[in-house]
Amino acid sequence: MTPAARRRAFLIAGAGLVAFYLWGLAGLPGFGHYPGPYGTIINRVAVAQTKATGVVSAVNFEYRGFDTVGEEFILFVAATGVATVLRHLRGERERSAVDEALDRDAPPTSEAVRMVALIFTGPTVVIGWYLASHAQTSPSGGFQGGVVLATAFILIYLAGQFLVFERVSPVDITDAVEAAGAGGFACIGVSAVALGLPYLSNVLPLGRTPGAVDSSGTIALISFFVGVEVAAAFVLIVGELLEQTLLIRQGSR
Amino acid sequence: MHIVPFAAVAWILGAGLYGVVTSRHLIHQIVCLIVVQSSTYVLLLGVGYVTGAVAPYFYDVPAHTPAVDPVVQALALTDVVVEAAVTALLLAFAIQAHKRFGTLDPQELAELRG
Repeated sequence: MTPAARRRAFLIAGAGLVAFYLWGLAGLPGFGHYPGPYGTIINRVAVAQTKATGVVSAVNFEYRGFDTVGEEFILFVAATGVATVLRHLRGERERSAVDEALDRDAPPTSEAVRMVALIFTGPTVVIGWYLASHAQTSPSGGFQGGVVLATAFILIYLAGQFLVFERVSPVDITDAVEAAGAGGFACIGVSAVALGLPYLSNVLPLGRTPGAVDSSGTIALISFFVGVEVAAAFVLIVGELLEQTLLIRQGSR
Repeated sequence: MHIVPFAAVAWILGAGLYGVVTSRHLIHQIVCLIVVQSSTYVLLLGVGYVTGAVAPYFYDVPAHTPAVDPVVQALALTDVVVEAAVTALLLAFAIQAHKRFGTLDPQELAELRG
């Protein structure tokens, strides 16, 4: 199909999409007039039931905790998938960028980039840790915190080079940490079953003050495990993608 | 009825789709797909919005303050996770496509496969 033909097909299909969208829009309640009832009910009961002031976290890790297990494993499977697609194929070998430029070294990372990356690494770890451990309090949670924690490792890559990144996050250990994060979440659910309660029931003491760090029972703990899993998964995915810069298919070019 | 949020959804969706259809580079096409998906965040948050309400966090506001729907916000989080997973896999495929065929132009890749 030529680009022009493809564009024509897109315009025809787009007109149909616009018609469907407008039709659907006509059936929606107006902006700002959310009809409920689920959100309204949860907003009313969540703080009393879970002692978590972050209702989004309460929804994620308590009311639909089972869905979130699946969501966490989506990321787990994605990391596995990237590792599988980018595995070393026959005939591939690692070469550093230095080998490509025979008469000179690869240009070093600029001092300015290295300094900024180093300055931000510490605060990034603190912010990531804060986000992952305060799901019950404020707009945060394991998914957000995990991504920020993984960013700290990418900053280390920027400040140094791939070999340093590999040294601070060896694949074997990162694999184990990811498995521990994903398994921890699942095990919290199973521990409720062991006590004769439904899967992922909140079996821990809820604490007295809503929104305190020690409140909300399993919500805070699950969020922590999710943070560990997400951070490890992203470090693995980024590591796999970065490793490709070292892989040159033998014989091509 | 405020139409602006839903018009923004349509605009982001349309711009992303147009990019996917006309893209000449796989990485660019993947970024366009991210744009398409971003429209769903706006749609989800737009559907759950309540005029004059606060965010569903009751740390420093009294309980029973009118708040927007937390369910769609949790759903937006799922959306982001799926997007991250899909993007990671697509980027990995793009790397392999480039290694195998030496090009990232979808047009040329389609011709190679016949």
